[in-house]
Amino acid sequence: MSEAVLAIDFAGPHVAVQDGGRHGLMRYGVPASGPMDRTSFAAANAAVGNPAGQPAIEVSMGGLVLDCLSGEVTFAVAGGGFIVEHAGDKRGAWMVATLKAGERLAIRPGHWGSWTYLAFAGHIEAKSWLGSMSTHSLSGLGGGRLAAGQTLTLADPEVRDDRNGPITCPVIARPRSELRVVVGPQDRFFSKETLSNFLSSPFRLSDAYDRMGVRLQGPSLAPSVALDMPSEAIVRGSVQVAGDGVATILLADHQTTGGYPKIATVVDSDLDAFVQLRPRDHVGFLAVTPQQAVEHIRLRAATMSHYLAAVRDGPCNAII
Amino acid sequence: MSQTPFTASGTGPNYRPVGGHAVLVEFGATIDKRIHDRVVKLDAALKAAPFQGFVEAVPAYASILVCFDPLVADHRTTEAAIAERLGAEVPATIGAMREVEVCYDPDLAPDLAAVAEASGLSPEDVISAHLSGDYSVFLYGFAPGYAYLAGVPEAIQQPRKPAPIRGIAAGSVLIAGPQCLVSTLTMPTGWWIIGRSPTKILDAASDDRPFLFDVGDAVRFRRISRAEFDARCPE
Repeated sequence: MSEAVLAIDFAGPHVAVQDGGRHGLMRYGVPASGPMDRTSFAAANAAVGNPAGQPAIEVSMGGLVLDCLSGEVTFAVAGGGFIVEHAGDKRGAWMVATLKAGERLAIRPGHWGSWTYLAFAGHIEAKSWLGSMSTHSLSGLGGGRLAAGQTLTLADPEVRDDRNGPITCPVIARPRSELRVVVGPQDRFFSKETLSNFLSSPFRLSDAYDRMGVRLQGPSLAPSVALDMPSEAIVRGSVQVAGDGVATILLADHQTTGGYPKIATVVDSDLDAFVQLRPRDHVGFLAVTPQQAVEHIRLRAATMSHYLAAVRDGPCNAII
Repeated sequence: MSQTPFTASGTGPNYRPVGGHAVLVEFGATIDKRIHDRVVKLDAALKAAPFQGFVEAVPAYASILVCFDPLVADHRTTEAAIAERLGAEVPATIGAMREVEVCYDPDLAPDLAAVAEASGLSPEDVISAHLSGDYSVFLYGFAPGYAYLAGVPEAIQQPRKPAPIRGIAAGSVLIAGPQCLVSTLTMPTGWWIIGRSPTKILDAASDDRPFLFDVGDAVRFRRISRAEFDARCPE
């Protein structure tokens, strides 16, 4: 069995293995985890011809530098405006190339975006936990974080030079600062005025941004009634408001239950583009009905499957 | 905005849309065994007869979140499917009794003395009270495998500490208010550490049953000696 061996020279915080996610275990306190930006992750896998959900490396703004010690493998980088330095070339993300023994690959943040995905035409050897290689950041369980000094082995690496070149970056993978929300489920804890402030005021992402969630800066959204609700389920996209009136949007590694009221829930199809914003970027909320949210998710799913089919066909063929 | 009043039985639950892929079904607004029983019953009914597009359910104290696949279902069809299952007969398998072993030796129970002092009891009395509790699993939350067990006897109930303590070992038996929890990860906690258990609530190596409890199960603690504990936890 052939393999390619990569040595990690540098890895920023939150650089870790992710796959399609660990689904169906929220009832046991386990969030789905998986990529923060599922759209870009799917694009990276499709670009090298992988099946959906194959484990890849999620790279944060901390960046990643690795050396190929042996073997050769085609790889894709998709997500954000990251910079990819490889074999003397400096290019933007949304690209496919082949990495060979003796070459270095460096991925660093560029003008936009918070996360990018490095997918290989090969199988990353990493630990699986509860049926998934996605890294759960709180515990570090799953495929795990990458750290300098570590080696990463790819089983059955393939060279797919015919795929080398750019990947079309779709509009849906660009950062999005207007988020569709369905109000509730605990909007009754907030005054009419607070709700209206929530929907009409600009907020900013704070530095308190990680895989569990991002705290927002903006007008206080303090609940009008005393906090007295028993803990209940949280979803990725819940906009939770603590007693001090500060809102947090829960993300891939969210706690599964909590006792703070949720003023609204971001429609899932807007979250991938949202996480590509950076701390201090502005964000606003637009209320939609539950049915409009469903329609939007369906529309997005259709766009996405059309795009991925085109990328799988040829990374730069996709027109979107 | 006014809130629909709840009753522990009888009237239907409140349905609240959650984004574009879930419905929160609320049976009440308090921590109450009768309300929780309705949550557990609906959870069992959904498991026994999942509707088309059902993805997962997340039971909590007084509510259950029902996630659906928006490509197949929507809030209306989901609510209708839930309503149909509300009165369903519940399989006899729910509410199994699970046993958790616990060693109360002082070095594994750093807060036992403090709980005893605050309760006006001896450490042995605290242990007896803890062992006598009628526990049931209300929900999981906070972290993987963190099952919240209600049923700590009033005599030893203590509010949580003002600040969390870091690096508390996995397997710690913790209490706060009426709740008890056996931790599964090394984490900070503001709860009182009154023992250590070798029983794994989360065993990722087990293919068929990685989580010991289902929500709704009853739990009994059984005291073990230090020798038994050490034999179960070598190193």
